[in-house]
Parts: sequence; structure tokens; C-alpha cells
Amino acid sequence: MKYKSKKQKWTGIFFVLPEFLGVSIFTLIPFVDVMHRAFLRLDGSFCGFDNFQQIFRNKAFLLAAGNTLRFSVVCLPLLLLVSLLAAVSLQTMGKMGGLLKSSYLLPMAIPTAAVVLIWKLFFDSHGLMNRLISLFEADPIDFMNTSWAFWVLVFSYLWKNLGYTVLLWSAGLSGISESIYEAGKMDGANTIQRFRYLTLPNLRQSAFTIVVISIINSFKVFREAYLVGGNYPQESIYQLQHLFNNWFRELSMDKMSAASVVLFLVLTVLVIGLQRSWERESI
Amino acid sequence: MKKMVNLMKNILLWTVCLIMITPVLCLFSGAFMDQLELTELLGPVLNHTEGLAAWHFLPQFPTLQNLVELLLDSLEFYQTFWNSLKITLFTLVGQLIFAMPAAWGLAVYEFPGRKQLYFLYVILMMLPFQVTMLSEYLALDRLQLLDSHWAIIMPGVFSTFSVFLMYRFFWGVPKEVIEAARIDGAGEFIIFFHIGIPLGKAGIISAMVLQFLESFHQMERPLVFLKNKELWPLSMYLPEIDISQAGFAFCASLFALLPAVLVFLFGQEYLEQGIACTVQKE
Repeated sequence: MKYKSKKQKWTGIFFVLPEFLGVSIFTLIPFVDVMHRAFLRLDGSFCGFDNFQQIFRNKAFLLAAGNTLRFSVVCLPLLLLVSLLAAVSLQTMGKMGGLLKSSYLLPMAIPTAAVVLIWKLFFDSHGLMNRLISLFEADPIDFMNTSWAFWVLVFSYLWKNLGYTVLLWSAGLSGISESIYEAGKMDGANTIQRFRYLTLPNLRQSAFTIVVISIINSFKVFREAYLVGGNYPQESIYQLQHLFNNWFRELSMDKMSAASVVLFLVLTVLVIGLQRSWERESI
Repeated sequence: MKKMVNLMKNILLWTVCLIMITPVLCLFSGAFMDQLELTELLGPVLNHTEGLAAWHFLPQFPTLQNLVELLLDSLEFYQTFWNSLKITLFTLVGQLIFAMPAAWGLAVYEFPGRKQLYFLYVILMMLPFQVTMLSEYLALDRLQLLDSHWAIIMPGVFSTFSVFLMYRFFWGVPKEVIEAARIDGAGEFIIFFHIGIPLGKAGIISAMVLQFLESFHQMERPLVFLKNKELWPLSMYLPEIDISQAGFAFCASLFALLPAVLVFLFGQEYLEQGIACTVQKE
């Protein structure tokens, strides 16, 4: 038996190796290079933690980091909650639910440029939203050039990602067997209690995947923000992605390297946290 | 009381549906409007004339003018559309060759460093592109791939996200099935091709659907790695269309939407099977 498991060990490595080599060439090895550069000046001389001190004093970095954080803190809970409620409601709707679910997926297929074009029509200071608002005789709002831009971006994220997240929750829900609900009913649990004590605990496994995917997608709102406002959009939607792009154009490799390392560390801590709280059995 | 709750629920769900499809309806109607109607409706937005913009969901004077212009006169549209398809196709095939076996290897076999590797992949896929932009640039520069389609394709192939997605499905393949095949004398590759791929089909296809959308709509990489406009994908060409040509822009967007919708129609059944593995049912 021992021989067999040894052989299987090598088969496993064999399956993984080609991909791992590619990842090493295109991401891992160069990233180690970037980590090294984080401690160098632009001329290549060693400067310790100077670059890190510099970015934490940099106003643009603080603004962008703050905005990115704020965006995630607002968007993620909102998306997770709304999509979970929608998934639970759609679950009992049969065919109609399926149709609604499909319609929720449609935004994923729309190219960002088209989304932005439509948003311009709706959220311009003379746009369709303001026509709607004027029906209630309220003052028009300049959505794109004030801090409302942040909320337009939040809306855009929800609009785009709701369908897929509903799908993921639905998959998780369908994995919960009917019999535990039956048992719950027998014990006299009402709908809310059943949701709290039966549904939620059984969704833990799915939750890890869903949170991870939602975070990944939250970084992609850069596309909308970039097409609306270019390299320097309205201040409330100036995110880390913009800053990195601008540093890249200005060839500020020192700041970029240091900030990359910081973000890498932050996400590592985040993933460890997520895994600790959700993934105990899955690995 | 229960009826009221149900009614409210339905109204809410249908309202969300309406919000979801309104932009597509706008694209549809706008694509068949003539310049005159569009200028009249959108003048306040386009030319900052007085008043507020308006919209007709049915064009008053439907026209195929935009469509003709797009299909007959726009070389750039064809070029970029083709570029997008090419990049996407190569990326997906590459992922099937590299990411699919890797996901299988991680999900089914025990080997030293497996957990650490999986953990590393999760972090890598979560990093926004901009964080790895510099390192990717350095690598592509050294391999002299910059300003070519390979600069978009190669990093796309080795993005670890699809490993993560497929891993989740392969994980659900019952270990007893694999063990039984081994006892019957099947080799490890036979098991991968005859058990792993068929049982993980839903996961593979749903990962491919997601990656298609991602690859077809990507902007981050082309923005920094492609200088030559002839190499640009559709997602970079569409924003270049001036808003004063709104009808043409609507029409182009509508066509850009088609491949994604087709992929959805084809893949939705599998997408719906989602992360709760198909094979877990006893």
C-alpha cells in the first residue's frame, strides 16, 4: 500500500506542475522581484523601509486606500444580503423563479463600455434619473461630479453581480436536504427560526466561495470608474486601481512595489481570516 | 397576512428584474433609432441643451442605418471583435490544458505542500490585476511578449481563478468512485479522463462560462500591455466611439453582447448546478 500512495503523490504533482510552472513564470517569480524592489530606490540602491514610509504619507495613497476600503465595506455586505434574500425567495417560485434568475444574469453579459454609456444617459445632470426625480419636484442631482458618484458605482456593482451571486446562493441552498426542514417544522420552528438555525449554518461552506468571488469582482468596478472618469475620476471613486495605473504610467516603480507588497499582505491576512472562519473541513 | 408578504415579495423581485433589463432595452431601442430622434431625446446630455433627457422604448422611426454602418463600414469593429474572440478562445483552451489538470491534482491527490499551494492560489486570484501589473509587465518584457496578444493570453491562462472554480467541483467527486476504478486497474490518467472530466463537467463548463465573460470583457491588461491599436480587443474599441454617435454605439454594444448571451444560453444549465456538486446526490 505504501508504494501505491507514493506513486499517487507523484501523479498529483505531475498534474499540478505545468500550471504551477506557468504561474511561477508569469506571476510568482516576478512578484518576488517586485518584493525586492520595494526595498530599493529607483536607482537600485537599498533604502530599507523608506518606500513604505513614503506611501503611508502619500495623500493619494491614503485617499485611494480609504475609498477602496469604504467601497468594499459598503458593497460586500449589501450584495451578500440582498442576493441571499433574493435566492431564498426565488427558491420557492419554480419556473417563474428560473426566469427571474436568468434576467438577473443579463448584466454580466453587457460590455462595460455599454454600461457606462447607459449610466451617462441616466445619471448625467440632465439625464433620465433627474427626469424621474423632477416628477417629485425635487432638485436635480449631478450624480457623476459629486460624491454621488460613489453610490452610482455601488449601484453598478450590485446591478452587475447580483445575478451571479444569487446563483451561487441558490446552489448552496439546493444542497440542503428537505428532511431537516421537515424536522424543523415538526419541532415547531417558524420560518425565521428555520432560516436562522437551519439554512444559515448549512450555507457556511458556500459562503467562503461567495465572499471570495464577490471580493474579486469588487475590484473590477475599476472598469466602470475608469470609463466614466478616466485616470482621475471624481474624488470619491478614486480607488487603488487608479493610483496603481497612474504610478505605472509615471514609472514610480518604488512606490508601486511597496504598495503591491502592502496589498499582498492585507489580502493574505484577509484570506487566512476567511478560511479560519469558514473553511475548516474543506481542505 | 401571508398573501400580503407574498405579494410584496413578488413586486420586489419583478422590480429588480426591471432594473436589470432596462439597460438592455435601452440598447435595443437605441440601436434602431435615427440620429434625429436620438439628438432630440438625448440633446440635454449630449449637447447640454436646456431641459432633461427623455427616452422612447419603441423608436418612432425605426431605421437600420446604424446596423448597416456597423456591418458594412466599420473595419475597426470587425478587427477588434475578432481580436477579442481570438484572445478569449486561446485563453480558454489554455486553461483547459493547464488549469483543469491542476485543479484535479489539487483536489484528488495528497502531496507535500498541497495545502500551501492551494492557499497561495487563492491569494493570487484575489489580488486585483493592478497589484500584479508590475510583476506581469516585468515578466512579459523579459519574454518579449509585450504589445502582442500573448501578453493578454498567457497571464489569462495562468490566472489561478479557474483552478479554484474547478477544484471545488472535482472535490465533490466521491473518493470511493476513484478508489473503485483503481481496484479495477484503471491508470491515473484513465481515471482523470473517464471519471474526473465527465463527473466534473458542470464545474468545468461553468468555470469556462465565467472565464469567457471575464476574458471577453477585460480591459485592465489591454489598457497597459497593448499600445498598438490594431491589437485592441472590442472592450477597448467600444469606449472609443464618441457619444455623439450614440446610435452607432448602441448598435455596436448590442453586437458585442451577442457572444456573451449565446455562451450564457448554452452554459446556464451548467451554471445553475453551481457549487453544490452534481455528484453529491447519493
